[in-house]
Amino acid sequence: MIERVGTWRRRRVLAGMAAGAASFAAPSISRAAPSGKPVKVGGTLSLTGFLAQTAAIHKIAAEIMVEEINGRNGLLGRPVEYVLLDDQSKPEMARSLYEKLITVDKVDLIQGPYATAPILAAMGVAQRYGKVMIQSSMGIPKLQTYDRAFPATPFGPEPDKTYPNVILDAMASIPTPPKTMVVLTSKFPSAQFMAKGMQKEAEARSVKVLLYLEYESGNHDFGAIAARVKEANPDFLWVGSLGLESNLLLEALRKLDYAPRNHFHLYPAPGPLALSPDGDRALCSTFIEPDEPFMSRPGMKRYAAEYKEKAVKANLPYTTIDAQACGMISEWQILETAVNAAGSLDDARIAAWLKAHKVDTIYGRLRFDGPYNHGDAAQMIKQVQHKEWKVVWPKEFAAPGVKLIAS
Amino acid sequence: MPSATLLGQALISGVLAGGMYGLLAMGLSLSWGLLRLVNLSHFALAFLSAYIVYELGTTWHVAPWWSAALVVPAMFGIGAAQHWLFDRFRVNELASLLITFSVAVILEAGIQLYWTADFRRYETPYATRSIKAGPFFIPVLELALCLVAGALAWGTWLWLRKTFVGKALRASAEDAGIAAAYGVNHRQLAYLLSGVGAGYAGIAGTFIALIATLAPAEIWTWLGVVFAVVIIGRLGNPLGALLAGMLIGASQSVAMAIFSPAWAPVVSFSMLIVVLLWDPEWI
Repeated sequence: MIERVGTWRRRRVLAGMAAGAASFAAPSISRAAPSGKPVKVGGTLSLTGFLAQTAAIHKIAAEIMVEEINGRNGLLGRPVEYVLLDDQSKPEMARSLYEKLITVDKVDLIQGPYATAPILAAMGVAQRYGKVMIQSSMGIPKLQTYDRAFPATPFGPEPDKTYPNVILDAMASIPTPPKTMVVLTSKFPSAQFMAKGMQKEAEARSVKVLLYLEYESGNHDFGAIAARVKEANPDFLWVGSLGLESNLLLEALRKLDYAPRNHFHLYPAPGPLALSPDGDRALCSTFIEPDEPFMSRPGMKRYAAEYKEKAVKANLPYTTIDAQACGMISEWQILETAVNAAGSLDDARIAAWLKAHKVDTIYGRLRFDGPYNHGDAAQMIKQVQHKEWKVVWPKEFAAPGVKLIAS
Repeated sequence: MPSATLLGQALISGVLAGGMYGLLAMGLSLSWGLLRLVNLSHFALAFLSAYIVYELGTTWHVAPWWSAALVVPAMFGIGAAQHWLFDRFRVNELASLLITFSVAVILEAGIQLYWTADFRRYETPYATRSIKAGPFFIPVLELALCLVAGALAWGTWLWLRKTFVGKALRASAEDAGIAAAYGVNHRQLAYLLSGVGAGYAGIAGTFIALIATLAPAEIWTWLGVVFAVVIIGRLGNPLGALLAGMLIGASQSVAMAIFSPAWAPVVSFSMLIVVLLWDPEWI
């Protein structure tokens, strides 16, 4: 399956120009419609398979960005053509397809796929050909050892140390801080990595970890696990979940007539958990949400509106922009800025420019000069309140009038 | 050591989860055991049914039980039509595995095309209701699933053992030529059995819609464990499939309660290897 986005039409260019007029692109870039031979940017996303739900979000965000970039000045004055392939949620497929993109399709640049495993697979190919690869969803930064791989999402170099402390700080702020917790995690690498960190940091701060449990990724039977959680009855439940696992766990707990106190979920499907009857007051990781102060960031209102419009058109049940979509937006913002600033499609020059400069993105200003090309960590906590996700921690990023609610 | 309450609750949860394995395994077991066709599209038909029940429920507010009344006959028709194609092209056991896998992939793509890759959830008021029995909780929907699965397994077993049609089916599976010599029209019986198997997928799909969250890739979720159930329960034996499903479900659940939950899949496949090696007479 090949999708080519960005073989531009006049309507798109005009729409993009209108959008671009309000954008925050570097003022040095002239505002002319791009022309000439398209710059081919290749990438894969998991359009089918078990990662497809989230990849659908990334695809919409990428389409928004390609249209917008073409509505401005493209890359170096040339239009962008996004050659998108389906890696079927399989790392080995991602590896083969990146090989094809580089050697057969002869793309000028590449963009990273979605999720840690496909990213790692693609990174090996990128390294072999010396291509810059920007990615937005690799949860284990220390595995990003290739010096031309750049993160578009501010995990920071050691999220397994920094983020648990953000969570523990938030928990320490509630009227009755938790003294005990259960760490329950999928064996999915990035979730397991964070769970180990959570266990270690919690114990370092004298929060007793009553249970540390791992379950097979894709597990559907949470009955016995729920019974163990209920019996442990922790003050705080930390779940290294992906997709629907959190929903299944909370349902299994409710069937046992048990509602967990203060529960955090790592990478759940945002829509289903927010809308679930069991989701109220659930906590979750985030980097950005469509609220103030984030809506005041350049372009955010427009991205949120465009995302909603496209998500409705794509028949997605949850149409609110979230951190996943913003990760892909950030990915393209970094690529556009770096290419135009470096004045070249040469990967070595683009990489060198990125290492020496900061880039304004939807996540704020990112730098790439730290370990594994990471900058500062900026993970936050959001909470379901009245079936909507609201950033609650750190306090300075909470929406006006919104507070962390203990449960 | 886990408490008696935890073990008891894990056992209940496991048996009820095994009901779903058994229900999904029944149709597969019948077609594999009596028609010598390994029908991987059975899983896709179950999920297609689930999506239809979801669509009817969320868009048209049709109660799931009425949706089932529409879906099950429709699946029966699809199953019979599918067998007509197998018969027409003389598909053998190995080819059936490859062809029905392809059918499942096509159905998965079709489901994604219409319903998108995103998660779909059919929220119903009884989704998380439970009956309290002493210190234990019995989820209502899973209990209903097990009762339905039990009735189907028992009814199918009686049908195969006590009726002329059932005996004719079993005779055809043993030796179609000899059965034909006694006046058994095994082709017509095969259409009937394929339809029944697909109808069971429709019933399983109704419960999947009510219990699980739907996504196209979820079609393959239970593939491994259901195959283990079919083999442990003996091919063509619906009662065996249900009991094997419950046995595996209970074993996995108790393993989750005692050890790390990550060990649960090891249980079902270890049991499969033991059964294949030991081949006990009583199963």
